[in-house]
Amino acid sequence: MKLDIILAGVGGQGILSIATVLGYAAVSSGLQLKQAEVHGMSQRGGDVQSHLRISDRTIYSDLVAAGEADIILSVEPMESLRYIPYLSTEGWLVTNTTPYKNIPNYPALDEIMAEVKKVPHHVAVDADDIAKELNNSRGMNMVMAGAASLFMEIDFEKLKEGIRYIFGRKGQDVVDMNIATLEAGRTFAEKNRSV
Amino acid sequence: MDTKTLLLLGDEAVAQGALDAGISGFFAYPGTPSTEIMEYAQHSKQAAEGKIHRSWSANEKTAVETALGMSYAGKRTMAMMKHVGLNVAADPFVNSGITGAHGGIIITVADDPSMHSSQNEQDSRFYGKFAMIPVLEPSNQQEAYQMCFTGFELSEKYQLPVMLRVTTRIAHSRSGVTRSTALEQNAMSLPKDKRQFVLLPAIARKRYKGLLEKQAALEEESYNSPYNSYTDGKDRSLGIIASGIAYNYVMENFSDGECPYPVLKISQYPLPKKHIQRMVDECETILVAEEGMPVIEEMLRGLLDRGITVKGRMSGELPRDGELNPGLLRKAMGLEARKSSPMPEVIVSRPPALCPGCSHIDSYRAINEAIKDVHGDGHVFSDIGCYTLGALPPLEAINSCVDMGASITMAKGAADAGLYPSAAVIGDSTFTHSGMTGLLDAVMENSNIVVFIMDNSTTAMTGGQHSHATGRLHKICEGLGVHPDHIRSIMPKRNTHDEFVQIIKEELAYEGVSVIIPQRECVQTQLRRAKQKKKGGDK
Repeated sequence: MKLDIILAGVGGQGILSIATVLGYAAVSSGLQLKQAEVHGMSQRGGDVQSHLRISDRTIYSDLVAAGEADIILSVEPMESLRYIPYLSTEGWLVTNTTPYKNIPNYPALDEIMAEVKKVPHHVAVDADDIAKELNNSRGMNMVMAGAASLFMEIDFEKLKEGIRYIFGRKGQDVVDMNIATLEAGRTFAEKNRSV
Repeated sequence: MDTKTLLLLGDEAVAQGALDAGISGFFAYPGTPSTEIMEYAQHSKQAAEGKIHRSWSANEKTAVETALGMSYAGKRTMAMMKHVGLNVAADPFVNSGITGAHGGIIITVADDPSMHSSQNEQDSRFYGKFAMIPVLEPSNQQEAYQMCFTGFELSEKYQLPVMLRVTTRIAHSRSGVTRSTALEQNAMSLPKDKRQFVLLPAIARKRYKGLLEKQAALEEESYNSPYNSYTDGKDRSLGIIASGIAYNYVMENFSDGECPYPVLKISQYPLPKKHIQRMVDECETILVAEEGMPVIEEMLRGLLDRGITVKGRMSGELPRDGELNPGLLRKAMGLEARKSSPMPEVIVSRPPALCPGCSHIDSYRAINEAIKDVHGDGHVFSDIGCYTLGALPPLEAINSCVDMGASITMAKGAADAGLYPSAAVIGDSTFTHSGMTGLLDAVMENSNIVVFIMDNSTTAMTGGQHSHATGRLHKICEGLGVHPDHIRSIMPKRNTHDEFVQIIKEELAYEGVSVIIPQRECVQTQLRRAKQKKKGGDK
């Protein structure tokens, strides 16, 4: 198997926590992993992306090739579109619907969502709302990880293990809450996927 | 994953490799994409137990010199920097090729092609060639780890510094790294030849001849290096020379790495001439894939560029600037492009910006108002750091960003030319990196400039590392000879705006060197400290 994911968002939104959960799940499943991150200037509120590559064979490139991404997982709607050239024709666009407006000329949200809906395989997730309903206001990233997990050939139990690994130090309550958040994301995607 | 395998960024792999290869001291100034090497060493239990030096240096030059001193004392050491940091350290770097090493010394340089966080995309391999020392260029994280062992070994065998060149996508990409058995640190010992490091002309001439004589052996090392491999292919219409990470971008385009063309992977320099000779003899056309500038390609072509058919960055098959990627190599190898859709037009760019609540915003508002008659005309020179973002709307407060420290000296030069007002904006850490000497120049001539040292008490742009300037700025400026009446401090905040503007106006009216120090901690480090305090409180 091979799974190429582009994680997208805005510097400061914490997309690397998603990468850590997915990366843990991949490695503990005995798979190869490469994960290119953005450090430096863009982290100051600029557009950021991480290339996450998982495979059962040798992975050469640290970057996903254009037209090869199986999933774009974005925590911000406009940022999800920035990486469309990477998406394969069969690939899934999984995006949060809450805009992050730190620029004066942010486009109209309905225009952005219209573009999202043009992608044949997409799921638009109200991740901020779902997280809030579960009293996990900072759990938006885990909702998104759960939603995208539907399109990954990775054992869902391994993702839960990843959450235990990340949040274990903060106690069982935090672990349970984030696992529930992850599951809620996955359930939402099951019910709302475009095809 | 077994216990010996770690999931590491390329930078972290370098740090772990150096630790396992028996290093005694890391020396560096922060700079993207190299910063995480030192940060990893600083958080490493192994480094703490081994009492390994791992504090930041004032700048890259002091870092390389200090590392050279540690090598002199017989211990293994590494200096780390971003590519432009090597410009700052070029003097000790180039001369260290002539003094040579005693304990193993690796100079790790992280290049930033495509300028993700830099002002240029210079290729450090040129420097390696210039200093005539071996250069190692990993193609993956495992090699980055392993090359620390190789680097120290080469360095001690040939008594030469070795350059380890990484690029952004190795430095900031994570992958599995399997560790080797760790080596002990060297015991302290002094060089046998007590004149080895004395580069008086008569001695330097001898040592330089020695360096020249070592070149043939270094090339033979490259030829036999496991990092430089020649893999033959069925189709010899094309031969591919791929260096460092570019090797991956070539191989990515063939399933299971089964490339039909002969491939020469280069990860150790000087270039192994025999391998290249073979490829030129056996293949019709050569494609050179290298991340950065066309270093190998240019050498292959030579001045007259006759005889060998070469494709690469210089002939347009690959772009002349910017990073490579698998798609660009695909095209250069004549393979069909993968289907993909264009970026929708609705998207706008999202440049980085100063954080909400950042003290620099308040400082720039005050500066803009104090000089409002000339704002936008180009009177404010600036420097390298978060505050460089003040060039962008809505502040548009500064007019230059060239190199570390250039704000003060350029302001002085413009004032010397008659520009008034002429102001400099420099960060606290940048000031102690390279601003102090420029300020001394200005003091010596009582140049009519106003220098703003934007003190947020950290090296902010690279993620909040220690700043040598913290708590010392006032005394440093006074020591350099700035008149105490014209060293002014202010807490930049919304409610001190009027006072701040008044101070600037007063100092603009003073004919001579003024220093204004707006001091308020970086919001990011403040937040981090608050979190750590809370964590501590929970226990």
